[in-house]
Amino acid sequence: MASVNRRVLPGFSLSLGYSVTYLSLLVLIPLGACFLKASSLSLSEFWAAVWTDQAQAAYRTTFGCALVAAAINVFIGLIVGWTLVRYDFPLKRMFDALVDLPFALPTAVAGMVYATLYVENGWLGQFLVPMGIEVAHSKLGIVMVLVFTGFPFVVRTVQPVLEALDAETEEAASILGANRLQTFMRVILPTMLPAIVTGFALAFARAVGEYGSVIFISGNVRFETEIAPMLIVSRLEQFAYREATAIAVVLLTASFVLLALINVLEKWSKRHG
Amino acid sequence: MADAIEKETQTPAPFRRSREDHWLVRGGLTLATLAIIGLLIVVPVVNVFSQAFSKGLATYWHSLTGDADTRHAILLTVTVAPVAVALNLVFGVAAAWCIARFQFRGRTLLITLIDLPFSVSPVVAGLVFVLLFGAQGYFGPWLREHGYQVIFATPALVLATAFVTFPFVARELIPVLEAIGPDEELAARSLGASGWQMFWKITLPNIKWGVLYGVILCNARAMGEFGAIYVVSGRITGQTDTVPLRVEKLFQDYNTPASFALASLLTLLALVTLFVKVGIERHARPRPAKKE
Repeated sequence: MASVNRRVLPGFSLSLGYSVTYLSLLVLIPLGACFLKASSLSLSEFWAAVWTDQAQAAYRTTFGCALVAAAINVFIGLIVGWTLVRYDFPLKRMFDALVDLPFALPTAVAGMVYATLYVENGWLGQFLVPMGIEVAHSKLGIVMVLVFTGFPFVVRTVQPVLEALDAETEEAASILGANRLQTFMRVILPTMLPAIVTGFALAFARAVGEYGSVIFISGNVRFETEIAPMLIVSRLEQFAYREATAIAVVLLTASFVLLALINVLEKWSKRHG
Repeated sequence: MADAIEKETQTPAPFRRSREDHWLVRGGLTLATLAIIGLLIVVPVVNVFSQAFSKGLATYWHSLTGDADTRHAILLTVTVAPVAVALNLVFGVAAAWCIARFQFRGRTLLITLIDLPFSVSPVVAGLVFVLLFGAQGYFGPWLREHGYQVIFATPALVLATAFVTFPFVARELIPVLEAIGPDEELAARSLGASGWQMFWKITLPNIKWGVLYGVILCNARAMGEFGAIYVVSGRITGQTDTVPLRVEKLFQDYNTPASFALASLLTLLALVTLFVKVGIERHARPRPAKKE
């Protein structure tokens, strides 16, 4: 097919050339500049910039909260995905559509409204704060907004797999004497595992880089609720470009590793899905 | 979906039951789903509008139109976002064409690289443009000599927005083009159509829903972008503040009704985007790609 196409269909070199040029100008060269700038630092300077106590605390908050949020997303994403595929209830189409809202809602709005909801006199804070649950200005708040921004990933990766699951497998399990729980744990869950892991990785990757929503709710307390992207911004505001770049390189490396991992996982889920 | 339903109706009753859950499980999970979506999504959305209108309709209208800086922010957002979307649209069509229709070395690499901006933190996306075009940046001195202002000005807003929303159109169009297949295009060519005739009369009409879908998603993200813009804009009130930045500034100034009034516009945009998206999905298109 390939060689036939290239002889008959036009525009191969034009479209490929344009794509690669645009990709290079907008994405690759700017990202390269970041690494180039970082390479102007000596190894000890680089280390001093990325491994301060403040930076370490920021990495712990960033990756820790992202991990917890992604794990929560797997749990609630499975419940929501399962319910939307298997059951019927009123307004189901609307709820299904609403799952995508975190993709469309600007993160700044999400952060602001979450911060307002969970403060002492907020709609939800008025019940939670007296119980000693402080969501605003705490790590819990960061986890909450990260759960929001990553929510659609697990639901949307799990849904197509559940829809494609054929009835015969479950019927066979049932005929062979498995109860529903056994069928779910031993037949359905293993089939969905690649999709679940992909959804988890996507939600995690998104959460690690998130900035807009977090700054509203975290209160930006050093060593406590400061995340790595905030640290970059505060270094930039001090015109400490090299330190900012060094921390950015750490984050970029983490995202590249995650991206590679997601790609491997997607290939794996296609083979097993 | 339709296949699944058909299959179920054909299955004899005793076996069909094997796929049905106990009513307690059913009810429990349904309630849990409603609670999750309600608490995570519905309550915040309702809260935005309730806060926005808390001081009445007149105050709402006044906070949107009475403040010159807010008006400027709205104007800036509706100029920057369409430019960024248009740039990514041209790229998306070109990239989808070469990826969906041809085999070449580096194809997989290209697909992976298209996704790259999704996994880069918006703050880092902003930073890279500061490193290139800022006063201390690689091209900064040259730009200043020739009188161009990129950072802390509209060009940087466009660049940062285009970077962050880079993958949207391409990601939507690749599966659409692949699903349609090249038969009609091959026929058009063999009947003597020129390349551009084929593109305008066959390819584009075939993918128009996919294009629209990619554009509205890309636009929603472009208008709402915060982190990258925060870094490259310098946050100059009345000059480089876009709507999301203006929302933040009003919120930090404890002007809650005004910030929520402006936020309600962005929320409305998100809801309209979802609405259009559902409409397009009904208009015969393959299942959306897994990632955004």
